[in-house]
Amino acid sequence: MAMFGVGSTPAWLSRALYAQDTPGPRKKILVAIFQRGAVDGLNVVVPHGEQRYYDLRPTIAVPRPDGTPDSAIDLDGFFGLHPSLKSLKPIYDSGHLAIVHAAGSPDPTRSHFDAQDYMESGTPGRKATPDGWLNRALPQEPRESPVRAVSFTADLPRSLRGRNDAVAIANLSDFQVRDAAGALSFEEMYAGAIDKVLNGTGRETFDAVKLMQSIQKQPYTPANGASYPGGRLGNSLRQIAQLIKADVGLEVAFTDVAGWDTHVNEVGAKASVGQLPNLLANFGDTLAAFYRDLGDRMADVIVVTMSEFGRTARENGNRGTDHGHANVMFVFGGGVKGGKVYGDWPGMAEEQLYEGRDLNLTTDFRDVLGELVARHMGNRQLASVFPGYAEPRFRGLLGA
Amino acid sequence: MRKTLAFALFFCALALPARTAKKAASDDSLFKKKLSKDAQVIHALDRLTFGPRPGDVEEVRKIGVRKWIELQLHPERIKENPELERKLAPLQSLRMTQAQTLAAYPSPELVRAVALGLQKPPEDPIARAQLERMLRRFEVKKGTDQSAPLEPRVPLADLLTREQIRTLRGGTPSEKTQLLASIPEDKIDDVIVALPPELRGQLMPLASPVVRRKLLLANQPQQLVFYDLAEAKLYRAILSNRQLEEELVDFWYNHFNVYIDKGADRFLVPSYERDVIRPHVLGKFRDLLEATANSPAMMFYLDNWQSVAPDRAPNGRRSRRGLNENYARELMELHTLGVDGGYTQKDVTEVARCFTGWTIRAPGAGGEFFYNDRLHDKGEKVVLGVTIPAGGGKEDGEKVLDILANHPATARFISKELAQRFVADNPPAELIDRMSKTFLRTHGDLRELMRTMLESKEFFSAGAYRAKVKTPLEMIVASIRATGAQVDYAFPLAQRIGQLGEPLYRKVEPTGYSNANAEWVSSASLLGRMNFALALAQNRLPGVKVDAERFASDPVETARLLLFTDPSPATRDAIEKAMANQKTKDPKAAIPALAAALALGSPDFQRK
Repeated sequence: MAMFGVGSTPAWLSRALYAQDTPGPRKKILVAIFQRGAVDGLNVVVPHGEQRYYDLRPTIAVPRPDGTPDSAIDLDGFFGLHPSLKSLKPIYDSGHLAIVHAAGSPDPTRSHFDAQDYMESGTPGRKATPDGWLNRALPQEPRESPVRAVSFTADLPRSLRGRNDAVAIANLSDFQVRDAAGALSFEEMYAGAIDKVLNGTGRETFDAVKLMQSIQKQPYTPANGASYPGGRLGNSLRQIAQLIKADVGLEVAFTDVAGWDTHVNEVGAKASVGQLPNLLANFGDTLAAFYRDLGDRMADVIVVTMSEFGRTARENGNRGTDHGHANVMFVFGGGVKGGKVYGDWPGMAEEQLYEGRDLNLTTDFRDVLGELVARHMGNRQLASVFPGYAEPRFRGLLGA
Repeated sequence: MRKTLAFALFFCALALPARTAKKAASDDSLFKKKLSKDAQVIHALDRLTFGPRPGDVEEVRKIGVRKWIELQLHPERIKENPELERKLAPLQSLRMTQAQTLAAYPSPELVRAVALGLQKPPEDPIARAQLERMLRRFEVKKGTDQSAPLEPRVPLADLLTREQIRTLRGGTPSEKTQLLASIPEDKIDDVIVALPPELRGQLMPLASPVVRRKLLLANQPQQLVFYDLAEAKLYRAILSNRQLEEELVDFWYNHFNVYIDKGADRFLVPSYERDVIRPHVLGKFRDLLEATANSPAMMFYLDNWQSVAPDRAPNGRRSRRGLNENYARELMELHTLGVDGGYTQKDVTEVARCFTGWTIRAPGAGGEFFYNDRLHDKGEKVVLGVTIPAGGGKEDGEKVLDILANHPATARFISKELAQRFVADNPPAELIDRMSKTFLRTHGDLRELMRTMLESKEFFSAGAYRAKVKTPLEMIVASIRATGAQVDYAFPLAQRIGQLGEPLYRKVEPTGYSNANAEWVSSASLLGRMNFALALAQNRLPGVKVDAERFASDPVETARLLLFTDPSPATRDAIEKAMANQKTKDPKAAIPALAAALALGSPDFQRK
């Protein structure tokens, strides 16, 4: 928790409240999206140049690109996007979306619970890590904003827990004392308290409340004609965009989206309909709306997606897939050298698969996150962000 | 964050003569400063209960603080509150065995077991109806059944009159409550099965506890075990006369934390808390440790159930199972020695080898703990310098528990954790030394250990007084107790506690929640506490009733009643100012309620 000096107003607050004309240096912002339930990366970014992919998935593979809406959208002659992700293609083409395939956690667990926990703590195989990678990723700076780390979830996720203050907010409008007279009295009470801990946090709290109220004075209209699809992810990303544009000192944001555990009937009669395609359409359209809404501000922002593990290379007996190993990650935003699928392709022949069944891992998720933390957020203390993994191998996702 | 802990230490000057801030080194002197008799009573109640109720201060004063503490150390000598027993009666899963729990409530495990013909469907008609639905969905998903979803067996129109159905849908809350209460017992199950899910949800706060539980069973059967646990935890904290025992169950569950949402733990936790933690909180540490090591909940949570000697994969087939070190590591780091307890990675591996074969039966077979010798590593092991000879069985793990339970590092680690929870974030080293000696002398007698701590001068010192921040659980329960609120629906309170950052039974990490103040002081949590105080005092919580008549007409007196001591100057000023403002705006405003809310949300009330 930050300790503000008595009586002084931090720069981020006066900027936000009094709309000063001299903006401070803009912070770099990292937005992390967790796809809970283990998304089937092989049907998200499709290795259409790999015959084994079609051999192993006779009924649920995405057809090779043929220009129809029920086939993959070619990216580089080998990989293609699932057709429901068509709104991401322009971002890829503009060079701002990078894809890392065969990426994920090296831990062998196929338990959702353990794998999510390991990915969020940033310490695969180690359960007792008390905090999360995204909290540790925050640079240690004094007088930071009380909303430097925000999660748009009901509870604070593992990723954001730790020594830096972070708040979970389902909706910006909830962040207030729900009684005007009470709010005023509480503020005075905490401001006058000699209890240093509660006094300090109390001040921060009411500063943050004022901030949220000032942001919400006008209804938010996304810019550039962006339109967020319905659903929780859209609601979260719209509010993250709102916070970013309000310049209130946001540095990291987190949200999650569930429903990817597709053991049964993963796709419908065609590649563009059914469970996974519906989820992907909402996912892709939401990310594209965010990108469009932020416009030039995207220069300061990077969005990264992750999921606890991938799914089996082979389809199962119920037209679904079971818990697997490596997966795919998306990285897009300012400074990203996109328009490229990164990572070494491990192949899908029997002996190339992990334990004979899953896509093998060639990029540790910490290689991706570590590069973003060090080179985008400027926190080079990677040994404390990813304990036990001090020297990630950067993939060169960011431009010089 | 660290630096703020020092502030916490000199905060305790609140009720004492003003002190000038000095360096942290002088803080230990506060632990030598004795509390007044009156402050001792408040302090004991603040720390060893979930907050005083009206009348408690007088009672402890009458009995005498030390005698009262001795009584709390012997919960079996305290007559339990009959109201608590009434509240717990409908929460059936609290009294079931694991196998019964699994068989009674539709869960994915049960659906599978019934589909495969391994288990009979549950007896309860609502549970049975829900299971049939889930089975149908399971079959539809598998593509073996394409028929339409099940219709309720008896349509609502055959069970209730049109007038009654209209009331259930659109009546006032009290009309709905009356109507639900008027439905005969032999008909209510059919009615609940026939109701649409949204309506069931809406009726939950308005139904009696028994019917409410049936409504939940119909809507979210997989939530029922957690519902019973959370309700019971709150009712016990609010109503039990054995308050210290409840504080200790909370402490030791947290020390040996298990996360309820990890797969099978969903139905293993009730027995874990009831049979593993609760019986030992004032017993021997070694017994408590062994009970956790023998519990399916812990073996599942920390994966030991699938830890197998590398050369002993079952049936000789290639298996991805092998040695799993999770339990071994947390056993030393979190349960006994502490992270600086002097063990090595080699010790972790050796301890893991000792515990191979400590596993559990399949959920369909009751999910009980059992030792499987075929999975055990028979080789020689060396743990913390002690050789455990080759050829052993379950006793290998038991020897490890002996070594750890009597280790000086364990004595220190446990003493420090307890002192952090009950005395102060940075308890004086002298106190830890004395407690560690008691631990070693009595072979981990936890009642003796508590006695050493609670009889110490440090416990009754200025250094400890109001040095701790209430946990969310403590803040919410203390508010209920201080206001004397009637609770007939405790579950929403559990959800509130979760929003304040302490989801009950849902701490993911095996570390449990930290015992330090910093865990609980954040903007979102503070805001949540203020909003809770307002909602409670203004009677806006479903199923919770505060009698505003209890509050004094004088707002400062109201604050005094709830804080059990004088409010601090800033709190008093803010309350008086708020009241003056209210009066000019609206002479008939609910002044005592706002005064009560301000007291409960004040910095004063967040401390204990």
